[in-house]
This record gives sequence, C-alpha cells and structure tokens, in this order.
Amino acid sequence: MSMSQALNWKSVAPKLDVGNLIRSVGVPFIGIVLFLFFWQVGANQVDTSLGKFPGPSEVYLQAKNLVQEHQDARAKEAAFYKRQDERNAKKLAKDPNAKIKVRKYTGKETFFDQILTSLVTVLSGFIVATIIAVPLGIMIGLSKTLNSALNPVIQTFKPVSPLAWLPLVTMVVSAVYVSDDPFFAKSFLNSMITVTLCCLWPTVLNTSVGVASVSQDLQNVSKVLRLNWITHVRKIVLPSSIPMIFTGLRLSLGIAWMVLIAAEMLAQNPGLGKFVWDEFQNGSSNSLGRIMVAVLVIGFIGFLLDYAMLQLQKAVNWDKSSQTR
Amino acid sequence: MQRPHLELSQVSIEFPTPTGPFKALDKVDLKIQEGEFISLIGHSGCGKSTVLNIVAGLYQATEGGVVLAGKEVTEPGPERAVVFQNHSLLPWLSAYENVELAVKQVFKGEKSKREIQEWVDHNLELVHMSHARNKKPDEISGGMKQRVGIARALAMQPSVLLMDEPFGALDALTRAHLQDSLMEIQNQLKNTVIMITHDVDEAVLLSDRIVMMTNGPEATIGEILDVDLERPRNRLELADQPEYNHYRAEVLKFLYEKQRKIEDFSSAKDARDKKTKPDSENEEQVA
Repeated sequence: MSMSQALNWKSVAPKLDVGNLIRSVGVPFIGIVLFLFFWQVGANQVDTSLGKFPGPSEVYLQAKNLVQEHQDARAKEAAFYKRQDERNAKKLAKDPNAKIKVRKYTGKETFFDQILTSLVTVLSGFIVATIIAVPLGIMIGLSKTLNSALNPVIQTFKPVSPLAWLPLVTMVVSAVYVSDDPFFAKSFLNSMITVTLCCLWPTVLNTSVGVASVSQDLQNVSKVLRLNWITHVRKIVLPSSIPMIFTGLRLSLGIAWMVLIAAEMLAQNPGLGKFVWDEFQNGSSNSLGRIMVAVLVIGFIGFLLDYAMLQLQKAVNWDKSSQTR
Repeated sequence: MQRPHLELSQVSIEFPTPTGPFKALDKVDLKIQEGEFISLIGHSGCGKSTVLNIVAGLYQATEGGVVLAGKEVTEPGPERAVVFQNHSLLPWLSAYENVELAVKQVFKGEKSKREIQEWVDHNLELVHMSHARNKKPDEISGGMKQRVGIARALAMQPSVLLMDEPFGALDALTRAHLQDSLMEIQNQLKNTVIMITHDVDEAVLLSDRIVMMTNGPEATIGEILDVDLERPRNRLELADQPEYNHYRAEVLKFLYEKQRKIEDFSSAKDARDKKTKPDSENEEQVA
C-alpha cells in the first residue's frame, strides 16, 4: 500500500471504526439473538415422548449439569488418589518393605473426557489420512497414467458413507490386531480407520489437481536447471501446490469430524458420538437437552478445527494475495 | 573461418493438431559466433519463440538440429539459460533464493558455500538488485522481477543466453532502463545472446545481427541484417545518426512491406490465433 493511501485510511478511520464494529460484532449478535428466540419458540411447539424439545434455556441448564458432573468426577478421582496415597504411606511407615498397590481410578468418563477422546481420534485419523493422501496426490498429479488408472477407484470410494465402511473395518481390525495387552483400544482403531478412509479423498484429489496445474513456465525453469526428480518435487511442485493441498486438507478435516461422530456411535469409541448414543438409549427427561449440548459442542469444535486449519494455511501459504476464507 | 559457436541447421518443426500436423518452422539455418548478440524479429505467430524453445531444448525439432559448441542439443540445460518473458521466478522464494537455486544446481560441488553466496550476490549486483535481495517476487515491480530473472540466467554462466521477449511486458521507460543495463552487462561479460523481440528500436540498439523471420506457417529466416554500430552504444546519440535510422528503416521495410500481414483484423486474427496455438500462447501475453 502506498503512503498516501495509508494516510487516507487514517484520516477516515474513526468513522469507519463504528461501521466496522457494528458489522463485526453487532450484526452477528443480532443474528444469534434472533436464532435463540426462534429456537425457543419452535422448541416449545415440539412434544416428544421424552418431554418438550429442549430450548436454549434447557440446554444451558444441561450444560451446567455436565460441567458440574465433570467437576464432581474430578473431585472423586482426587479423593480416591488421596486416600490411596495415605493408605500406602501408613503401610510404609509401619513396615518399609511392605508391598504397596497403586490402582488406577476407574470412574466413568465425563463429557469433557469424551470430547478429548473424540479430538484425539479425529486428529489421529486425519494425520494418518494426510500421510497417505499427500504423497499419493503428488504421484497422481505428476503422472497422467496413474491418474487415469486411479481416478475411477477414487471417484467410487469418495462418496462411501462411514457407516458402510465400519463393519468391514471392525472385522478386519478384530482379525488382524490381536494382542493380549493392546496399546490401542479396538473401538479407537475402528473409529480412527473409518475416519481415515472417509477423509482421504479430498486431499488426494486437491493435491493431484494442484500438482498437475503447476505453471508451465515454472516447469520449464525446472527443466532448464535440470533439477532431478526429488528436487523438482521439493522445490517446484510442492510449494506450488501448497494452496491446493491445504484446500484439500481443510475439506478432509471437516469430513473427518463429521464422520467421526457417526463412527463413534457404532464403534462405541468413548467420544462424543458414544455420548450422544448413550443419552439416546438412556431416554431420561434430560437426555434431549444433553444431546443438544453435544450437538452445539460438536458444531463449535468443528468450527474451531476449521479455523485452526485456516490459520495454518495462511501461515504456510506463500501466495498472500490469494483469498482464503 | 572458425566453426560457429551455435549452429541451427535445417531446423523444421511440426506440431500435431486435430486437423493434421501444423508446420511452424521450415528449414531454419543460422550460424552464431561466440559473443554475438542476435535478435530474432518478426510478426506475432511467426515462430520466433519456437526457434528459441528448440535451441533451449524445450521443443524437439522434427527435422534438422542444433549444435552448441560441438555438441548436439537434445534436452534443456543450464548452459542454455533462458530469460522467460514473464520472469518465471518462483513466487515463494526471495530474489536471492531464486538465483541461489540456479547457482546451487549449476555449481554443485564446484563452489563452496561461501563462493555460492558471493556469486549470487555478485549477479544480483550486476543487475542492480542487491537492495531487494530478500524481497519476494510479489513485492517488487515487473521490471525488477525481470532483472532478477536475468540475474538468475547470468548466474548459470550459460554458453548462450536465450531471452524470450524479456522486456515485452514492461512499460517503455522501464524497458529502456533494462536495455541500458543489459548493454552494460553485455559489455563486461560478452555473452552469446539470442533475444526475441517485437521492438525494432530494441533490436537495432542491442544487436550485432538482426534475424528477420517470415510469417508462418512454415516460417523461416527472411533476411539477416548486420548492425555495424560502434559499442558502447548510446540511445540518445544514436537517435540522430543516419546509420541507426537506416538500420531501423531496413527492419521496418522488411516487417511492413515484404512481410506485411494481409488480414481482416477482427475475425481472421482470431481464427489464426487458434490455429497457431503453440507459439501464439507465448505471444499473446504481451498485449
């Protein structure tokens, strides 16, 4: 930006700020208030066997309950370890050679533990998918033959629902992953692999398109310099397709998060999906409200994941002029 | 007479098109001595860029071939460095890193880390770009990008420097600046250069010989004009010299009398542009 422009901006800044403030804070605020209003009104019209559909106030109450339950559980856990430590200390005081037992607290996961499990699962699945998809996408983008060979396969697998994969994954994991002391729980592996299978494709496709559309001029530069294959990929192809790769990764992460909830429901991985399913099976008068809390949390985490990905994309993207939203 | 440094003999090329092969060049013969500055001039779509791309090794001649310093050209290589029309810098690297990539590739194992660094800086200095060495291409003007592009090509110490309308996309003042810089550099380094241009003044000012090409398809060399003007040349002094104007007039005559394009501007041009795809792709970006 030129100097004169910069000065210009400054001189009109106060006026603009008010307008900006209204647009950036005021308008979304009004949107949210309207949404809550219609939600409350609408919810009151819907009767279910478990009572009225939860409105915002009910959901707020249930959210508070979930926080309370979490704090209670943590307090219990702390108390358990405290008791155990005291008992062991006493034993040791009596007899320094006494065998002491340290047991792990085995309480039920709280809502927040489940959020954490979900995050760990989705990120593991997403990372595995990325490790497979980016190199695969690069290969496909570089070779027209490979592209023609794999495109029908990719197009076929791309629209497959996670629910279709899950039974297969479950059976394969049960058959292949046999261990007396498994490091990973099977439910975790099932969910993670399902997530991987479903979220591979956008990254593969976008990476391959990005790689295939490296500008002819830059390819000529590479030829004139006689860059070998690896340097060509590292110095020309990869940086040049970074914007497309990240577009793919963002899509993939979005899909991963959506798929995860469904996978967890069926695989009984102790995450948000299981929480929703358990509450549904539970069928108490609070259940719908608690599920609605989960829905909001799932949405909000999805938003945060996308936002984080966007920031990462902005940080590594050399093309600062490109529009990333 | 010594053997020419660079020799194009009977170079023809055909491009496959849906309507059959399209012969862009027909029997181009050209001998270039070491240290010569050659301009290729001709109308759009006449195959100038194609000639350059064949010398660069980016296209393969269908018939005939190119011999550089006793070796046949079969593939692209840094001894035939190209300055591309639209600079072709890697947008994610700074000016320094762009030149460094080329230097590292060409002098791998020959120069120490320090020598590489000095050589890159030396070449940026040569094109007066030291002040912007750490800027990315997006942050500098078109003329500056082209300077870095030239530095990158010079840094490879090519035995022939190929320039594809290097100043075509620049405004007149910037172009004049860069032409002066190029003459100054050429004075020091005495490179062998082939430059494509649309600009008659540019051709006369810079060249030892001007190669004028006939219109395509089946384009070939029409005339070659020796420019016997003393160096160093100064554009202001030359403007008044009858010899200079004579050379200009010769080129203009060739372009606008002998090779005048007879065509209806609107529809015929579109049709032709579509037909001569391989070359016109490069040319169109000038406009």
